[in-house]
Amino acid sequence: MMRALKILAGAALALSVAGGAQAQQVLFWSTQARPVEETQKMRDEVLKGFEGAVDYQVAEDGPWLTRLQAELQAGSGTIGLLGGLHGDFSTVGANLVDLSAVDVGGVKVNEAYKKLGMLGTGEQKYMPWMQATYLMAANKQALQYLPAGTDLNTITYDQLIEWSKTIAEKTGSPKFGFPAGPKGLKHRFFEGFLYPSYTGSMVTKFRSAEAETAWNKFKELWQYTNPNSTNYAFMQEPLLSGEVWVAFDHVARLADAFNKKPDDFVAFPAPAGPAGRGFMPVVAGVAIPKTSPDQEKAKALVAYMLKPETQIATLKATNFFPVVDVKLPDDMPASVKAFGPAIATMTSAPDALPALLPMGLGDLGGKFNQVYTDSFERIVLGGEDVHGVLEQQAAALKAIIDQAKAPCWAPDKPSEGACPVE
Amino acid sequence: MHGKALPYLLLMPATLFLCIFFLYPFALVAFEAVTRDGAFTFDNFRTMAGSWKFPVTVRNTLLLAAIVVPIQLTMALLMASVVSRLETGRSAALYVFAIPLGISDLAAGLIWLAIFDQSGFLNTLLSSLGVVDRPVMFLGYQSKLTIFIAVALAEIWRATAIMMVILVAGMGLIPKEYYEAAEVFGASPWQRFVRITLPLLRPSLQTAIILRVILAFEVFAVVAALGGTNLPVLMGETYNWQFTLQDRNVAAASALLILAISIGFTLFFLRVLRVPKEARI
Repeated sequence: MMRALKILAGAALALSVAGGAQAQQVLFWSTQARPVEETQKMRDEVLKGFEGAVDYQVAEDGPWLTRLQAELQAGSGTIGLLGGLHGDFSTVGANLVDLSAVDVGGVKVNEAYKKLGMLGTGEQKYMPWMQATYLMAANKQALQYLPAGTDLNTITYDQLIEWSKTIAEKTGSPKFGFPAGPKGLKHRFFEGFLYPSYTGSMVTKFRSAEAETAWNKFKELWQYTNPNSTNYAFMQEPLLSGEVWVAFDHVARLADAFNKKPDDFVAFPAPAGPAGRGFMPVVAGVAIPKTSPDQEKAKALVAYMLKPETQIATLKATNFFPVVDVKLPDDMPASVKAFGPAIATMTSAPDALPALLPMGLGDLGGKFNQVYTDSFERIVLGGEDVHGVLEQQAAALKAIIDQAKAPCWAPDKPSEGACPVE
Repeated sequence: MHGKALPYLLLMPATLFLCIFFLYPFALVAFEAVTRDGAFTFDNFRTMAGSWKFPVTVRNTLLLAAIVVPIQLTMALLMASVVSRLETGRSAALYVFAIPLGISDLAAGLIWLAIFDQSGFLNTLLSSLGVVDRPVMFLGYQSKLTIFIAVALAEIWRATAIMMVILVAGMGLIPKEYYEAAEVFGASPWQRFVRITLPLLRPSLQTAIILRVILAFEVFAVVAALGGTNLPVLMGETYNWQFTLQDRNVAAASALLILAISIGFTLFFLRVLRVPKEARI
């Protein structure tokens, strides 16, 4: 009898301990590292070392925000830590805990990104977590068709068009590739690369004569672009299959090609236009919502994410680069070795023109992107008149910016009040 | 007393379920559609209709329904006639016809994607027969017609069986005596079908058509799988407003529009295919 009681008591104790551990898990709710292999690596390799369990869960941007907003509205929640891009947080800035007091040890976090993480307030709304950008990649077979006198490191849009044209003519089919599928990041190309390179602006000169030139140039390039591009989401797949020889995409979406066939591909900077070499750095951050059940533990997790070892593990898992000062070890994947120099060349080029992700748009970010996507669909796919489409889309763009009262961000010059669309 | 209340008591759980999980959310959506920041407005409907994609979206959705439903109706009638005439193997035939019903619409879209894709079955077949020398892109942005045909095919393949099942049940209810009498008077099979089966099948036809038309306006996953954004339909735009553009109010307005179209067509078919009380079997 006594023994049975003891066993029962033991079982009850074990149950309560297990239940307690369950409750202490920090729910890490993230829009990043969504592909299944990356999610798994985040769990197994990056977060395993944290004292106290982490439940890493990913969601697409829409559902991510919907759940967060529901918890904020309810005033209580289960999400412990948020992971997302700069733009994801700008929507919910007012509901994030100030992270300036988080002790990151001796780690030096990129100051420019920290400032970005304040979302224009006096508080550290999110802590930079990792960074990436977009690059060009080419199959080495394509290099023989490079126009004479072209250096990949200083390539221009005209040279890219010339190159794609030669490849198309010599091989019999268009081999430039562009992620224009429903899940592709085409809008970032127009916002952060094409527009800045031709107009030196993302918003202000949306319907300028320079913008018309940019779209006409892109239409020219599109002639030598694999028509299957409207189905591409991640360019690494068509690069690997050989459908595409030259491509533009986010580094995380090119990495697989370099890791699987390290000797077949080269990475190089985005092309330059008349106004400079426009490119878009991408910053991801971690933040704690006000409804987080255990803020101390979540803050400890923030500090853990910034440790140099964690940053390197994160790089291996997601192909996003560290935001802290850290020396990369030699055993890095082929993609990292290829992208590192290309990113350095692009960001430090004399004509470099960084364009930030849209800021201050709140939940209008999706509509902002849609303006550029719609322009693409109408001008390039639909063959509508460039001038007419830009006039109409500029009106839509102005309405969005005015509604958000968003001041200009780089490369547009700072503005008083809402950023003007000339 | 107790006996009278029993049916209502038994209906209670289902009614409650519907109220909580259908009527209540529906009221919330309807409310969101006609308000913005707490004020009553029709702006959401205006924004929706003002989008450059809206006319294309409505046209695609209506066209798809107008083409798919009649084809399905004809095929379902044919299949149902064959099945109900069978002496042996009737249930086997029914099961085979109904297999696509067990597949989710997204899976159905993916199956047809595997056929039409650039590296899909159709291309493999064509190139092994020597018809084409390089894979043809059937579902590219330049070939909207092919995408449309692929979607129509997938929809027909997937959802004809639901109409057939309803029609088979309806045909089973028609008394044999009518056919026997018609045969005595020398009516041909076609005459029997047009004069007896079709009129007496009206109630089932009504159900089948209404169900199918409503489903046709809600078409989403098949189109998403086969056409991506190349063939925008109403439901896809609703999804877009909610998740890509993050505007719940316009998404709600768009959902209400689909509901309005569905109700409109339901009322239309209820009226056109109504059966007078004295004519019911």
